Amino acid sequence: MGGTLRTEALTKRYGGLLVTDAVSLDIRGGEIHALIGPNGAGKTTLINQLSGELAPVSGKIWFSDGDVTLLPIHQRARSGLLRSYQITSVFDEFTVLENVMFAAMAAKEHAFKFWRAMVDNRRARAAAQASIASCGLERQVDTLAADLAYGERRQLELAMSLAAEPKFLLLDEPMAGMSVQESSAVIALLQALKGRYTILLVEHDMDAVFALADRISVLVYGKVMFTGTPAEIRNHPEIRAVYLGEEEI
Amino acid sequence: MSTALLFAQALNGLQYGVLLFLLAAGLTLVFGIMSFVNLAHGSLYMVGAYAAATAFRLTESFSLSLVAAVLATGVLGFALERVAVSRLYQRDHLDHVLATFGLVLFFNEAARLIWGPQPYFIQVPEALSGTVNLFGFNYPAYRFAIIAVGLLVAVGSYWLINKTRIGMLIRAGAVNPKMVSALGVNIQLLNGGLFALGAILAGLAGAMAAPILSVQSGMGEPVLITTLVVIVIGGVGSVSGAFYAALIVGVIDTLGRAYLPMLLRQVTERSFADAAGPAVASMLIYVLMAVVLAWRPQGLFPAKRG
Amino acid sequence: MNLQNFSRVSIWVPLSIFALLTLVPFAANALDQSFYISFFARIVIYAIAASALNLVLGYGGMVSFGHALFFGLGAYCVSLPAFYDISNGWVHLAYCLSVCGVVALITGLISLRTSGIAFIMITLAFAQMGYFLIVSLKQYGGDDGMTIAMPSNFGLVNLGSPERIYAVALGILALTTWWLARLRTAPFGMALRGAKTNARRVNAVGLPVLRYQLTAYVISGMICGLAGMLLANLNAFASPSALSWTVSGELIVMVVLGGMGSVFGPVLGALAFLGLEEILKAYTEHWMVIFGPLIVLMSLVGKKGIVGLLQKLDRARPRQFESRAATGKVERPVQKEVA
Repeated sequence: MGGTLRTEALTKRYGGLLVTDAVSLDIRGGEIHALIGPNGAGKTTLINQLSGELAPVSGKIWFSDGDVTLLPIHQRARSGLLRSYQITSVFDEFTVLENVMFAAMAAKEHAFKFWRAMVDNRRARAAAQASIASCGLERQVDTLAADLAYGERRQLELAMSLAAEPKFLLLDEPMAGMSVQESSAVIALLQALKGRYTILLVEHDMDAVFALADRISVLVYGKVMFTGTPAEIRNHPEIRAVYLGEEEI
Repeated sequence: MSTALLFAQALNGLQYGVLLFLLAAGLTLVFGIMSFVNLAHGSLYMVGAYAAATAFRLTESFSLSLVAAVLATGVLGFALERVAVSRLYQRDHLDHVLATFGLVLFFNEAARLIWGPQPYFIQVPEALSGTVNLFGFNYPAYRFAIIAVGLLVAVGSYWLINKTRIGMLIRAGAVNPKMVSALGVNIQLLNGGLFALGAILAGLAGAMAAPILSVQSGMGEPVLITTLVVIVIGGVGSVSGAFYAALIVGVIDTLGRAYLPMLLRQVTERSFADAAGPAVASMLIYVLMAVVLAWRPQGLFPAKRG
Repeated sequence: MNLQNFSRVSIWVPLSIFALLTLVPFAANALDQSFYISFFARIVIYAIAASALNLVLGYGGMVSFGHALFFGLGAYCVSLPAFYDISNGWVHLAYCLSVCGVVALITGLISLRTSGIAFIMITLAFAQMGYFLIVSLKQYGGDDGMTIAMPSNFGLVNLGSPERIYAVALGILALTTWWLARLRTAPFGMALRGAKTNARRVNAVGLPVLRYQLTAYVISGMICGLAGMLLANLNAFASPSALSWTVSGELIVMVVLGGMGSVFGPVLGALAFLGLEEILKAYTEHWMVIFGPLIVLMSLVGKKGIVGLLQKLDRARPRQFESRAATGKVERPVQKEVA
């Protein structure tokens, strides 16, 4: 069962600009929770605070009942709270296998090992190969990340997070820039993972959001306007006006 | 510990600080705007000193020697930027370091080739060889002139950067060079001019330092490294930071070298103090740098990014 | 290391050079040119220092312009005990490793609080501080340096002759090179290399980057100090010029010239740099006027260096030893760089 993530009045300010406005989220174990909102609503900033790369001005973050507000990012990763990046952030110099094995190794072990090759690590290799297979990158295991196509790089991005055997995944627009085919593959993958991990999914692709999410939170100007099931969101008049506009869902 | 001596040393510190500012301003400007690490800045200082010394030997006119220094370094700076430096803007800092390192080696050897390895000495000009009376104390006129010129340049550069159109272009170019180009400004000319300006400031510092130091191959690098300390303490890219840090470093270094050995002698036994005194004094500004970095890695007066 | 790698130019050329280096003392004595033993000993010593720098610069991407600090300190870790009549090599070694380790730890902790240009400036400043400190210690030679009356004595062997120093240095270089080759694909090496291009992600996958960079910096400082120890024995002299910023710069040039981040880069770079210096010196005493611009040219050309050139040759050759994909498709060949 996946971990739980709860925030209490999380606030982030840049000078006079309030970017995160007393956000209180309660994400339940095993659910896929989507975070939607117009551009500039502060979604990535919020994710950065949850992952530990950005410090909030005030408020608290609880991961599976542990206070992680002041915990640095690498320790959050170690405890199972992992993230993927909207702008692909992989290791171009390494092959696909090395990238994913590195993530698998780093999540559970330290790297003060100076002799035996990393690729000989059986546990990490097994975790990596499983993750690579579920992301459909088996044919590119020995390809340098720099040589991958854009969609494959996004898949690698996701594979790295999965290989770490996380309890909670912060996915920042995993399908950004992907083709319809590639997106369907990712949606299928995430659906298969439901229940095993908890996922906070930031996405603009509304089809994906409504297909995957158990619950959706709407972020506008840094404030959580509403949290509810897809059906509730679909029918909420205010949200339709502010975010969904005139479009029919 | 006489007050007259303390006053004189403090002014010496100010004078050293002002020279450091002339060097630091050019260096930090080029770094802040073009993101270029110019280790050859010390060579421009050296070229200024040699140009001034040679001109003085030939003409006996101090003003002409200053002009010679400004011209030589201005032209050299502009040429360097157009020929080599501009090709490296897109590269990473390591490439800048390598290229300017190669230039330093070249300039030092070229100086040895042209002027020989022995140090060059020139006299303080007749007009400034006396003393001035400040608050009842006598201070060498020449050193006072350096302080005056340096402060003038500081005020001038503040005015240039903050109150003129060129300064605005410079500041804009730092934040968004493409936009400035799109507005029809010749960004290459601007960068070349900026680099030349930095070179002129360095050359001016070299020219003014020539009568009180010895002019020789390799004279630029120790000063350059102290300038780097100034920039790090002040905050990389910040000219006002460079100003305050330069004065602080200049005063602390000068007073430290003058008084630390003596102070140590009061607290520890003589032989230890005599050995450790100069050693600690020479390390003082680096320790200061380390302390500043431990406390505020971005420097004391970091540049505000737009 | 599988056998098909030996067919690669980028592997057998450096290995042959190592083999040739072992023959130097014999050849030099046979030709009655024993000067060359000292000459090549100096190259091997600089290669060790360059290897140390390659760990932080090539693998880790940290541009340290202050490695001369450790090089020089290593030399003084021989001359200072020798001044007090301590010639025990093990004492020298312990002293060298601990001094360089501690200095690297402290300067590394402070320097790694910054990055980019500030890091370069700060490492340069710390080395300069070391230089001024040593020069101001008049009772230990100051500007003139210290002569070393007795070589480091390790019991079974003492570093009293160029031949012995050469043998020890070459052995250390071989071991260091082998270890750095293994390190490149070991977890520590992967963490360093990852941090070089994407430190943010390394933190995000669970490794505190700073700790690994600092460790690499300390190890690098100690190995560089070891090279300094050997140099002091070779020259029977410790000079503050070993701490000068030019030495730091020369080490960077050697690493880049050889091929930044490659296994054999440091030894090839040291050989090429010091070899070229010797050749130019024969023509003119002002050889730096030519060498300087050559370095500038190198910076414009690229950082793959000599090893990069050899690897290009590898890619150009027909690859009869590379296995084809099972599908029989002619895929774009994947050349994993092993060195």
